[in-house]
Parts: sequence; C-alpha cells; structure tokens
Amino acid sequence: MNAAIVEALKARFGAQDFETSEFRGELTVVVPKEKIVEVCTFLKEDAALKFDLLADLSGLDMYTPVRRFAVVYNLYSLTNKHRIRLKVFTEEEDLKIPSVTGLWGTANWHERETYDMFGIVFEGHPDLRRVYLPEEFEHHPLRKDFPLMGIPGSLHLPKK
Amino acid sequence: MEQRTEDVSRKTKILQALENQHTSVTFDDALENDMVLNMGPQHPATHGVLRLLIRLDGETVIGCVPEVGYLHRGYEKLAESSTYHEFIPHTDRLDYLSPLNNNTAYALAVEKLLGIEAPPRAQYLRVMISELARISSHLMFLGSLAMDVGALTVWMWAFREREKQYDIFENIAGARFTTSYTRIGGLAQDVDADTLAMVKKFVDELPGHLVECEKLLNTNRIFLERTDGIGVITPEQAVDLGLTGPGLRACGIGHDLRKANPYLVYKDLEFDVPVYTGGDALARYYVRMAEMRQSINIIQQVLQRMPVGDVHALKPKKVLPRKERIYTRMEELIHDFMIVNFGVEPPVGEIYSAVEAPKGELGFYIYSNGEGYPWRLKIRSPSFVNLQSLPVMMKGCMISDVVAIIGSLDPVMGEADK
Repeated sequence: MNAAIVEALKARFGAQDFETSEFRGELTVVVPKEKIVEVCTFLKEDAALKFDLLADLSGLDMYTPVRRFAVVYNLYSLTNKHRIRLKVFTEEEDLKIPSVTGLWGTANWHERETYDMFGIVFEGHPDLRRVYLPEEFEHHPLRKDFPLMGIPGSLHLPKK
Repeated sequence: MEQRTEDVSRKTKILQALENQHTSVTFDDALENDMVLNMGPQHPATHGVLRLLIRLDGETVIGCVPEVGYLHRGYEKLAESSTYHEFIPHTDRLDYLSPLNNNTAYALAVEKLLGIEAPPRAQYLRVMISELARISSHLMFLGSLAMDVGALTVWMWAFREREKQYDIFENIAGARFTTSYTRIGGLAQDVDADTLAMVKKFVDELPGHLVECEKLLNTNRIFLERTDGIGVITPEQAVDLGLTGPGLRACGIGHDLRKANPYLVYKDLEFDVPVYTGGDALARYYVRMAEMRQSINIIQQVLQRMPVGDVHALKPKKVLPRKERIYTRMEELIHDFMIVNFGVEPPVGEIYSAVEAPKGELGFYIYSNGEGYPWRLKIRSPSFVNLQSLPVMMKGCMISDVVAIIGSLDPVMGEADK
C-alpha cells in the first residue's frame, strides 16, 4: 500500500518534490509547504486512496537552524484502513503554512492548538485563536526554548 | 488602564467568534435580541470544566462556541523531560474514567517505537483490562446521561456496578483510580486467580443489571423524548469533524480500530461492532449499551483462552526487571539503573499508534531522536476532537437539550485539555 501511495503521488506531482521515509511500516512524506493543500486534496479525493479522515495534526520543533518547525498530518483512510503521515517544514522567520480547514473541519481546533503551542500561523484559518492558553499569554510553550518551569510573570492572574 | 483594554479585547475575540456564525443582533426592540448565555466552566452538567458560549433566540440555540483549556496541565511538555516509563502515570490522568485503556494505548505506542511486543498472557490481560475500562467508562456515560435528563436511579445503579469494578482494579493494579498498570513490554504484575474469578463473576452478572437499567430507560417516554432526534449529526459531517468512537458508529459508519487495524489479540476474538443510523443522542446511547455487551463477550473469551506464562517481554535492555531480581542479581541491577536513569533509548524515528478507546481514537504520535526521552509526544485525544462537533449537534436545538447532547457525547475534560 505504501509503495502504491508514493507511486500515485509521484505520478501526479512529479518525483522531485517529495522525500519519503518508512519506519515500522509507517510512511512519512515530506511535502513542500506551498503544495500541502493540493497534496491533501489529491489524497482525500483520489478514488483509490481516499484519505478521508484527518486523524491528527500537530506541530514539531526540531530546534535546528534550518527547517526548525514542522507540521505533521496523520491521515487515515476509512475505506482502505490505512495511515499515512505528511510533514511540512517551515523556517523560524516565516511561520506561515496554508490551512487545511477547507478540506477537513476537524483541522480547525488542531491548527488552533498548533498555533497556541508553537506559534505557527495557518493562513486561511477561519478563527485562529489560542485554544488552551489565555489570549494575553505571549509565549508558545511547546517550543524547545520555552523552559519547563515556565516564565515567571508570563501568566497573568485574573484582575480584580 | 492598559490592562483593562486587554480584558475587553479578549472578551471581544470570543464574542466575535460567536457572532461570526451568521447571526444578527438588533438593538431597536429588546424582545428581538438574541441572548448570549455562558455555561460553565463550573457547571454540573458540562462533565468537567467545559465552557460553552451559547447564542439563543428565545429558547432555541442558534450558535455555540465551546472553550477548552481550563484543565490544561501541559502533559506534552512534561513528556519531553521524562523518560518513557516516567510518563505512564500521566496517562492515567488523561481519560480518568478509563485509565487502564490509556495505559495500554501508551505502552503499545512505545512498544511500536522500540519494535518489541508483550508476551501472549500480557496481551490477553491488556485486552481484558481495556474492555473492563470500556465498560467502566460506558457505565459512567449511562449514569450521567440518565441523570442529565432526570433519571437519578440509573445513575445510582451504574455507580453500584462501577464500584465493583474499582474493587477489581484495586486487586489488579493496587490502585482504584490511577492505575498505572502497564509497563513498556508488559504489565506491572500478573493477575492472580482470585481476581480473575472476581472479573468472571462481574461479567456474568452485568448483563442482568444492564437489562434492569434498560427497563427504566428504553420505554421511558421522558427519556426517549429528551434524546430521540436530539443532537443529530450526519455521517459526512461526522467524518469531516473527525468524530470517532461511539459517536461515529451512531451515525452509520462502522469504524472500529479493533476491527479495522487489529492490535493486541483482537483479531483472534469474536465480537461485533454495533452500528446505529440515527446519529442522535438516542443512537449514541444504544451504541454504548450494545458495546458493553460486546465487551462482556470479549472478556468471557479472554478468560477462557488466557494462556499461562510471563507478563514481561524478554528484552532486558528495554523492559524493567522484576524487583526481587534487581536485589539479587548484578545484570538486572545494571539494567534497572540504565533504564531508570537514561531511559529505554528507542531508535531515531517517528510513529503514530492508535487504539479504540471508549471515547474514540486515542493516538500517540512520538518523535524519537534516539534519547531516553521523547523529543515530541503528541496525544490525539478523542474528547478534544469530538467536542468540535458540539456546535453542529446543537444548532437549532432547545436550551434544555444542551445538557442531553453533552451527556450523549460523553467528553472527559482531563483528556480534552491534556
């Protein structure tokens, strides 16, 4: 199944764009960020692949000078009962990634969570607010440069 | 003064989100105005610290924005500085109505990353505890949904049964509530014959008690009118919003990870996936009642087929050794020291492993860079995702149905807020 997915992607988009890897039988495809919506649309709507469920979307901070942040999409196909993982890298200076809320409604809160935790901005998201932390909080706690103990004074107490 | 403006802008943002949902406000006539009702986070019917902003036209809900995060404890951040073993107790606190299921899901994820497998007896025991936890969670659902619509007796009866389960959990894991029972590559300890007899007695008696509860509800006119046709969601909307678990199976899609991608020994066991097509609160109730019967069926098969043997995988560098061996043998002492201090050190790689938890797909995405600590651990919690479908279910219903819909969705905020 994994080989067939890679073949289908290469046939549709050309081989140069994708880095693929397999670990414990799970396929990971690195997608350039300007193509993510296009690739997701193809995977969701292709009659043979049909990845109709976005199981999970999360951020990843590699803490490297280049390709620091990544967004990871775990897709699932209800018909083929198969999983695939897409990965989009982005640089620290340009934290914008196109939103996939137009394809899956469930991406809404997942993207809000990723914005909350990593500060990655999803372009085209209808309601990009923090989901867990208060609006006035200035940091993004799952970044590797945010200390585990927190930053004193960063979490404002309720005003009287 | 500056702090005040901050406050105002925060309120406006939440309100704005509600107002964007195609509603209108007129200020000429007070009676024509919509009302915004804030429900929670401290409300007995929201099942935890869930906050809802509901926009009402008279008694009809025309918009709803759920707000989560009041129980956020930052487990994903904590995971990055604790070893794989140290994170097991935190999984108890995710879905605290079925901690054994979370323990199993996490252990399976790390085992997949390490490329090891628990021995057969441990696998059968894991199936047994997962199904016991599913029954425990569904009994809680049964009691709380009934209470939300006004039937207090069922709540008492469901809790009487859960009490028996907590006695079983105490015997199995040593704790009633926060079990932390699984270990990477096995279980904390074996289950003795007395406890298995308790489980057998429990599952033999439970169907009768379920019938008792159903007698109070299934033909109860108040219960039916409060749930039938309430909180409807179509299959397309459910898949789009990522709804999984009983909520998805109640709208006609028979997706169950135990059948679709069998883990543990589920492929050797015979059970059905109950599917209903109503998509409403009543269908979600029927699905869960049928699932409890299937869980009983699974546990009975497990009790018959349970093999004897060890419950720890034979991988000394990955699996914690037994206490008595640490005290008496050099090799085990070294392994214990290495595993406790440096962690199990899986290879570089990333995995996503999911199980069918009582509330839906519970997944763990782990990125390992070869150290004893996960570089990134993402919890895909079903309650968080399922809560997104609340606005769809609530649109157009009455204000009194709101509690019935939350009850039928059965969210647990410990899991939704992580």
